[in-house]
Amino acid sequence: MSDFCFVTGSVAPEDYQAHLTDQSCGGFVSFEGWVRDHNEGREVLRLEYEAYESLGIKEGERIIAEACERFAIEHASCVHAVGQLELGQRAVWVGVSSHHRDAAFQACRYIIDEVKQRVPIWKKEHYRDGNSGWVNCEACASAGNHVPPSRVAGAS
Amino acid sequence: MKTIRIEYFAVLREHTGLGSESFSTGAQNVDELFAELNQRYNFPSIGQLKVAVNDEFGDWQTQLTDGDSVVFIPPVAGG
Repeated sequence: MSDFCFVTGSVAPEDYQAHLTDQSCGGFVSFEGWVRDHNEGREVLRLEYEAYESLGIKEGERIIAEACERFAIEHASCVHAVGQLELGQRAVWVGVSSHHRDAAFQACRYIIDEVKQRVPIWKKEHYRDGNSGWVNCEACASAGNHVPPSRVAGAS
Repeated sequence: MKTIRIEYFAVLREHTGLGSESFSTGAQNVDELFAELNQRYNFPSIGQLKVAVNDEFGDWQTQLTDGDSVVFIPPVAGG
């Protein structure tokens, strides 16, 4: 099984946690991202995630590999949802096991932070007022503004 | 001329109404390709775009060859 993958719909951690089990490990840390009912003052009804999966899996696996190099952990895994999610469902799950707890806490934090910044995943929020918008997209905040997108060189 | 496969995601997919397309172009690099596409689609203000060529992060100066696949990556929002 790949250390990073996408699933359609809510993430079920039990499908992945078993792969992190190791009798040499005394620590296990996990993080779950849940669908929240509000964002930036707006009431959110549900979310939709879309991913560029072929590149997303490569980048996600690079992040896991980096975590394994930087921190004294034994196993790490991350699963991210795509498709429609309802309030309270799991959008992302990160699990890390290690001999001692410090490394697992640090690696778990590293993985979720890097995934949020680097993996090509997009989130569309559907609001109670009937509107919807892609998170972090300028035009979605100011519709009708047709300035060409700016460009960034290289990967982050 | 070369044929480039372009895949669209999220706000770009909705704006173009396309999941993907084969695009004939004389563009030498990604930057020139984007300028041609922007003329056709008049993309909205999205923020800082990144680019992938053949499923790896690329550069705006990445040279294009016939059959390449290109994805323009709007600001991401995982988690």
